[in-house]
Amino acid sequence: MTTLPLEPVPAPPEQATPSAEPRWQSLRGVNESDRIYQGVLTALALALPLLIVVLLAQLFVSALPAIRRFGPSFLWTSTWDPVAEVYGAAPMIFGTLASSFIALLLAVPLALGVAIFLTEFAPRWLRQPVAFLVELLAAIPSVVYGVWGIFVLIPFLRAYVVPPLKAVLGWTPFFQGVFYGNSLLAGGIILAIMIVPYIAAVSREVLLAVPGSQREAALAMGATRWEAVRSAVLPYGRAGLIGAVILGLGRALGETMAVTMVIGNRHDIGLSALQPAYTMAAALANEFSEATTDLYLSALFEVGLILFVITVVVNAAARLLIWRVARGAAVGSQAL
Amino acid sequence: MKTSRSIALAALLCAAAPAAAQVQLNGAGATFPNIIYQKWMLTFNQANPTIQLNYQSIGSGGGIRQFSDGTVDFGGTDAPMSDSAIAAIQGNVLHIPTVLGAIVATYNLPGVTQQLNFTPDLLADIFLGKVTKWNDARITSINAGVTLPTTDIVVVHRADGSGTSYGWTDYLTKVSPDWASRVGKGTSVNWPVGLGGRGNEGVAATVNQTPGAIGYVELGYATINKMAFGQVRNSAGKFVAPTLEAVTAAAAGVLAKMGATTDFRVSLTNPDGAAAYPIATMTWLLLHKDYADAAKAKALVQFVWWAETEGQAVAPSLGYAPLPQQLRPWIEARLRSIKAGGRPVWVG
Repeated sequence: MTTLPLEPVPAPPEQATPSAEPRWQSLRGVNESDRIYQGVLTALALALPLLIVVLLAQLFVSALPAIRRFGPSFLWTSTWDPVAEVYGAAPMIFGTLASSFIALLLAVPLALGVAIFLTEFAPRWLRQPVAFLVELLAAIPSVVYGVWGIFVLIPFLRAYVVPPLKAVLGWTPFFQGVFYGNSLLAGGIILAIMIVPYIAAVSREVLLAVPGSQREAALAMGATRWEAVRSAVLPYGRAGLIGAVILGLGRALGETMAVTMVIGNRHDIGLSALQPAYTMAAALANEFSEATTDLYLSALFEVGLILFVITVVVNAAARLLIWRVARGAAVGSQAL
Repeated sequence: MKTSRSIALAALLCAAAPAAAQVQLNGAGATFPNIIYQKWMLTFNQANPTIQLNYQSIGSGGGIRQFSDGTVDFGGTDAPMSDSAIAAIQGNVLHIPTVLGAIVATYNLPGVTQQLNFTPDLLADIFLGKVTKWNDARITSINAGVTLPTTDIVVVHRADGSGTSYGWTDYLTKVSPDWASRVGKGTSVNWPVGLGGRGNEGVAATVNQTPGAIGYVELGYATINKMAFGQVRNSAGKFVAPTLEAVTAAAAGVLAKMGATTDFRVSLTNPDGAAAYPIATMTWLLLHKDYADAAKAKALVQFVWWAETEGQAVAPSLGYAPLPQQLRPWIEARLRSIKAGGRPVWVG
């Protein structure tokens, strides 16, 4: 939930304390139970960042044999051969980024459209049911999306989507090769459907929080409703909207089950969205239980480490972006 | 009513015989034999209420790891432990075969109703990406009378590490020098071509949804789901359909290579024998040669021997092929050798 900026809380009436010290100092110095309380809260607050550091350290230690063996070339070599014990993560890194990119490409216009419709254009009686149904998409387990992908989406793509796509855009490198069904395209579309509710829900909250005066001002200047949305509402909420998109991206990067069921699970890099690919999360889920040798296990840990770092970098970049765009003032930045 | 009475009875028995201590045995490993292991444990526990058995089907690799770490009392695996893995636990392991299975080549060819024939080198070359069309002369020449479409062959393999992949690649490694040098065998390999499906069900779903697809799944899985699968030419030159009898025949075919002192780490693929289906697999329980806890060792040996004898009868109804009778005395000798603190635990 996004909350509107609160009015500053009125300062409590000054108590008649003998000392002239500010109140917080007297709290820290005098009251024993408050000190314990503060200590417990501090410990709890520090526990979570500490957990992340421990997790990172553990991943790094477990990945060390693979890091020593393959060095940085792990990041850009493509062979993944458990028999010969040669590992390179480039196809998985590529597949993770490419499938998430396709997902954003499809999901962002859709989700923003839903959010704008629900806040600006939909009749009042329609808003709540539609918002509820969109958010319901987030409640569907990902394995159900995967099954739906195999039995409904892929046959549909094969029959109705890919032939015209190939006819129109077949000359580009992005739609070449034979379409077998399980592919980067199918993975990206499944991801798009899965992240739409997240982006739409947060965007809706952000747009709802834009003050009515913004719209009124634009309309008073003679803007149409669409112009008011474009020139007044969206810019006002852009930090929150960027945050919503990054939230969706974060989910897309880590999604495992539905993706592995439709992406084809092939350690390959290709520009064509019609070709099978692989993601880091899918490879971890698939190969972890049968990783019989130490180096194999270590290589998988290194993949986990890379996924962790990419996710952290994406989230950090989102934060920076929001701070720079918003300078801490825009609507919705508090929601993230 | 009945349950509450039996609970009361059980409580009474416990109270009456406090000396019969509960033994809890934990195991983990291969998913392929999970169904029969669960059935065995349930049946055995009903006859021996003091022995509690628990098996987690986490995969062969995980089973070997947990067994080696001592997390579980016994392991299960579809791929035998490597020499280095055995050396890492000072050789304190016995491989005891339990049941047999087969891996079938399943395909999706709309309009083809006859059972297709495959030769070993053809399967290898399809999975190497050398044979790419269903109407390739090498397929049509051994399938006279079948009208094969011109569609592309779409290879589907397991994406997750699996004993099924191990059996399949073990077979291809034996029959194709090219496969042996380019890919090799393992629970996961670097597949030259194809799509990856997660689990038997993932491969099955991808094959069923993709016209022109060929994949490999466990025989039991293919039978239950009424999937089309082919006959494979065995080393005697006969095209054999995968049946439980043909699988037991495959095991009989490799007996000659084993001998009474075998450690049972044998591969059943490409065996001798005219009736043998060539892509047969064996699954093993991993037991220690020497246990620290005598009560556990005794209960475990008792259970395994029961599974090897009376337990074999339920195998066909669950889609597994029973072990050939000739193996029994060898397994008995191995179980008799299990000790706890240096003393034998066998009670017959």
